[in-house]
Amino acid sequence: MSNIYVVVEHFKGKVEDITFEMLGKAKELGDVTAVLIGNKDLASELGAASKVITVDAPELAEFNPEAYLKTVSEVVSNGNADMVMVGNTSMGMDIAAGLSVSQDMPLIAYASDMGTDSVTSQLYGGKVNVESAVSGKCIVSVLPGSFPGDAGKVDGSPAVEEAAAPDLSEVKVKFRKLIEPEGGDVDITTQDVLVSAGRGIQSDENIPMVEELAAKLGGAVSCSRPIVDNKWLGKTRQVGKSGLKVKPKLYLTLGISGAPEHIEGMKEADLIIAVNTDPNAPIFDYAHYGCTADLFDLIPALSSKL
Amino acid sequence: MNIVVPIKQVPDLVEELEIDGSGKDLNREWLKYKINEFDDHALEEALLYKEANGGTVTAIVLDSDGIDKVLHAAAAKGADKVVKIMGDFGSAVSSHAAGKAMADAIQAMGFDMVMTGVQAVDDRDGQLAGIIANHLNTPNINVVTGVTKDGDNLVVQKEYGGGVVAEFEVSTPVVIGVQAARETPRYIPVAKIRKASRGINIEEVSGSTDGNAGSEVSRMFKPEGGQGAEMLGDDAEAAAARIIEILNEKGIK
Repeated sequence: MSNIYVVVEHFKGKVEDITFEMLGKAKELGDVTAVLIGNKDLASELGAASKVITVDAPELAEFNPEAYLKTVSEVVSNGNADMVMVGNTSMGMDIAAGLSVSQDMPLIAYASDMGTDSVTSQLYGGKVNVESAVSGKCIVSVLPGSFPGDAGKVDGSPAVEEAAAPDLSEVKVKFRKLIEPEGGDVDITTQDVLVSAGRGIQSDENIPMVEELAAKLGGAVSCSRPIVDNKWLGKTRQVGKSGLKVKPKLYLTLGISGAPEHIEGMKEADLIIAVNTDPNAPIFDYAHYGCTADLFDLIPALSSKL
Repeated sequence: MNIVVPIKQVPDLVEELEIDGSGKDLNREWLKYKINEFDDHALEEALLYKEANGGTVTAIVLDSDGIDKVLHAAAAKGADKVVKIMGDFGSAVSSHAAGKAMADAIQAMGFDMVMTGVQAVDDRDGQLAGIIANHLNTPNINVVTGVTKDGDNLVVQKEYGGGVVAEFEVSTPVVIGVQAARETPRYIPVAKIRKASRGINIEEVSGSTDGNAGSEVSRMFKPEGGQGAEMLGDDAEAAAARIIEILNEKGIK
């Protein structure tokens, strides 16, 4: 039987969903050990694991990219993992690649499915799936949203092993503070209708057209990452991995291709209608209805009918 | 402060991607490449840091077809030095191989900070920054949206989910994986890049090709497009009429 280590992700005293997704999948594949750093009180929530290894130290009280990588490396180095699962998340990205090099274990990233001898990754913005053959030990970084979290939220009483922290006196990275998002003009997480603009909108001059359509539908405008990076809309409007998770009654996308980072934030919406001229855009895998008309034709056509 | 910015090209996703005859790689013959957009942000953040605090910015790439124009663009934007690592890397170089070659070259030239894109659409075996950092034995912070100076240290902003940002302090040397620069990456017209390219000297260094991903691709396939959605066609008027019907049925409008 395979030994699967799951690196637990937690924030503000709560175990993150990605951890339960990984625990549920790991349970299908073998014997599960959860690696819990910085908050041993959370061990009781990890019933899907047969063992929880906890490591605590003052330097580990808050997530710290350098200290956490050192600690995970030490735990993996002392253990017997055949596979280590890490979230393909902001915290996980600070761990997976460094762990791969320090432990000389192959890493397969953007994993959306895995077995004991193969791992499937979603690459090229979700346009191509790539299967990697796995022989021997490996690390996988798992895309959030790949597995149901419920399978990992089970009762159980895993054995808890408290491991000593490695020497962290030389750690150069110091946590300073968290900066919470400023309250926005509109809270997109509470809207019933979101009209969401993507790269296909081409220019900030076209945002008013989207705003007008959203107003006519009784909703608000949200967007994908490139729109925020271009400063066409504020950060408070961003849906996805590093933005907000939304679940409106209607999510209408305009020129969004559907990269995994965006899908993560909106796939639970009740009704998804996607507009994109590329018939192969991954967004159509998640939408209920799709339309390949040019959005600059569709917006006025829709607006005139409302 | 010597800032080194590893840059790579990735397939342009606007183009149709095809799987080749082996079923294990993209058909690269007609593939159009463009700069990894996260690397473009890393270069911008490096230039912003240099403009505020002084120092030098060096753009570094692995040799590949059409890569010179990426270096010309970097120089036209303000990079002080552009370096090309020569070696037989192939067109589908793994992150582990690229990271090892980059780290060796960066170690040899000296550095205070490495800034590269947080990810790329094709890094199957993981993100470059963490691999480079481990070879250089430096700390590594990823998903970064800003690096500023505070005394002798750097203040690094890292994005978590839900719009929350964590602020860290770190001394150099360090490797940063940039999610987005504080400003939109500057744009230089192609004509200007072409003009500037005549005066740009690309420094060539030889690189190692001994890193490897440790795993093999066994199959590439496309997810079935549109399998989830009922398609409403490409006629805007007809699609708009149908969308209104659907909204009415669902009681949304």
